[in-house]
Amino acid sequence: MDKFTTLTSIAAPLLRINVDTDAIIPSREMKLVSKQGLGDGLFSSWRYTEPGSRNENPDFILNRSPYRHAQILLSGANFGCGSSREHAVWALAEWGISAIIAPSYGAIFYSNCVRNGILPIILPDERIKTLAALVEEDPQQNQISIDLNKCTVIGPDKLTDTFNITQSDHEMLSEGLDAIAVTMKYDDEILKFQARDRLKRPWIYL
Amino acid sequence: MGQTIIEKLWSAHSVADLGDGSQLIYIDRVLFHERTGSIALKGLEAAGRKVRNPEQVFGCMDHIVDTIPGRTDATMVPGGTAFITTTREAANAAGVNLFDLGDDRQGIVHIVSPEQGIALPGVTLVCPDSHTCTQGALGALAWGIGSTECEHAMATKTLGIKKPKLMRVRFDGNLGFGVTAKDMILHLIGQHTASGGVGYGIEFAGEAVRALSMEARFTLCNMAVEFGAWTCIIAPDQTTYDYVTGRPYAPKDHAWDQALTYWQTLPSDDDAIFDKEIVINCSAIVPQVTWGTSPQHETGIDGIVPDPADETDVNQRQSVERALEYMELKAGSRLEGLPIDSAFIGSCTNSRLSDLRDAAAVLKGRKVAANVLAICVPGSGLVKKAAEAEGLDKIFIAAGFEWREPGCSMCFYAGGDNLGLGKRTVSSTNRNFENRQGPRTKTHLASPTTVAASAIKGCLTDVRTLEPKHG
Repeated sequence: MDKFTTLTSIAAPLLRINVDTDAIIPSREMKLVSKQGLGDGLFSSWRYTEPGSRNENPDFILNRSPYRHAQILLSGANFGCGSSREHAVWALAEWGISAIIAPSYGAIFYSNCVRNGILPIILPDERIKTLAALVEEDPQQNQISIDLNKCTVIGPDKLTDTFNITQSDHEMLSEGLDAIAVTMKYDDEILKFQARDRLKRPWIYL
Repeated sequence: MGQTIIEKLWSAHSVADLGDGSQLIYIDRVLFHERTGSIALKGLEAAGRKVRNPEQVFGCMDHIVDTIPGRTDATMVPGGTAFITTTREAANAAGVNLFDLGDDRQGIVHIVSPEQGIALPGVTLVCPDSHTCTQGALGALAWGIGSTECEHAMATKTLGIKKPKLMRVRFDGNLGFGVTAKDMILHLIGQHTASGGVGYGIEFAGEAVRALSMEARFTLCNMAVEFGAWTCIIAPDQTTYDYVTGRPYAPKDHAWDQALTYWQTLPSDDDAIFDKEIVINCSAIVPQVTWGTSPQHETGIDGIVPDPADETDVNQRQSVERALEYMELKAGSRLEGLPIDSAFIGSCTNSRLSDLRDAAAVLKGRKVAANVLAICVPGSGLVKKAAEAEGLDKIFIAAGFEWREPGCSMCFYAGGDNLGLGKRTVSSTNRNFENRQGPRTKTHLASPTTVAASAIKGCLTDVRTLEPKHG
């Protein structure tokens, strides 16, 4: 997994609430038992004019220049709600999104982001609306800067917001860690837990 | 200070403190299906990792399999067969349990797991599927995860996770005639929005919850994720124990007594503190139906399509405007009487035996309206068999419903089987998202009885207005 450090990029505003993972990647676009090959199907119901087609809808934000090169997505509350499909995150990453800024997220989607190198930032709705308005004035010039180490977002207005992220999620992103390898450091504790638990709850151990 | 049931289960499963409020939580059971589990199993294989306790891992074929009688590994989903065969091969290689095609126990994972006694009170259980919260109805701490987290849970028997905030939703009063658990959860989401539960582990409580059958409790819990919750739980009681007893993987004899003693300690203490509480008066709930493209876009069947202009919040107003455009509905129009093209009874929300019985009671002696495509997909092979033993299949078929093999089926469109693209559908499922059931498909979520009544009338129908039929 790539390490996330800092990012300065064009940001694409998609200011809708409850953008669900079916919208991010419809089930019909998940054609292979693979984490790859999903970028093309990203937002396909909105991005293309007809279902199944690849004719671009010129009005959709990610089809407009210079938003095509956006690495940051601005959105509304409860982004990534719905289905657990990690394909939503794989599709966003493959398309080129590295960070999302929204007021809240679907819980599974949030975890999926952290495990795939996408930084999900939580900022207040009002600030996101302000950022979006500034970006829209001149998307090429009015870029947004993110520093994971400092947990800051600097807007085109040079105002700095800080965001919260747990230490473990921070490390996962900044170090590009393999979560299983990290957890295996606790292997002794896990085995000891099992030994104790087997006596307390023997019916669990089939 | 007392503890909530979630806090009790949290500390009972804590392996290590990771600092910053996160803990390494021991996972008792891992479930998977061929859509997302296939990738998790393949990922482990590719990394040369082993499943730590394969005997505690269970898979179901449900998402991709066709539901048409006579089905094989071939599916109408483009590329779908590979999901089935990869899952089978990887599951066999890993030595995990799999309820495969041709096995009576096959069905939707959230139906099969409780049915088999895999989900039990007090267990931690994860599955790479968002509706895993369904199984919280048993008093289990059960939540949906991604494929990568699933690999982690299978390889390590743990997940690192931040403790959620705690909410109690208390359903007071009694349900009226024709009102179901589906209506309770739709009403909650309608009142408190699809993000009302974000960040919370939720306990459903109150006399109306206590009065629900176990199967109805699964329906209630199924849509906690549509409320934005991390997950939900219902404290176990006699209804739970009666349901669990005798199930294949449930404890027996001495182990049962031991388990029961433990389970009885789980309900939240009287002085436990929740970060938030919501109270719902159930006597005011009527059969519900959605009109828009989020589960929060819902109202009573006797209600009208709202006017975006009445929304004070700009985000909500835009969401309503967009939904009305997609659904081709006008503000102020009545929902009852809105013509439909298709009707679906199935999914992990509403495809258990009691759902089929309730729908059959509405359908008996009646016919589905002309031009309405009506399909029923039982939740598991065992549900189907039990329904057939009671003759429910004959009632569905006589009414004009297709009677199919178990699976997720029309809950979502994966490029194959569908309810008619662009058609207006009344559905016992859980998601009315844009294009969820097919490109441009307009979904109205409702209870199985509302779906059955609407199929008969050919339009959205208040099930309470149907004349009773006997015999």
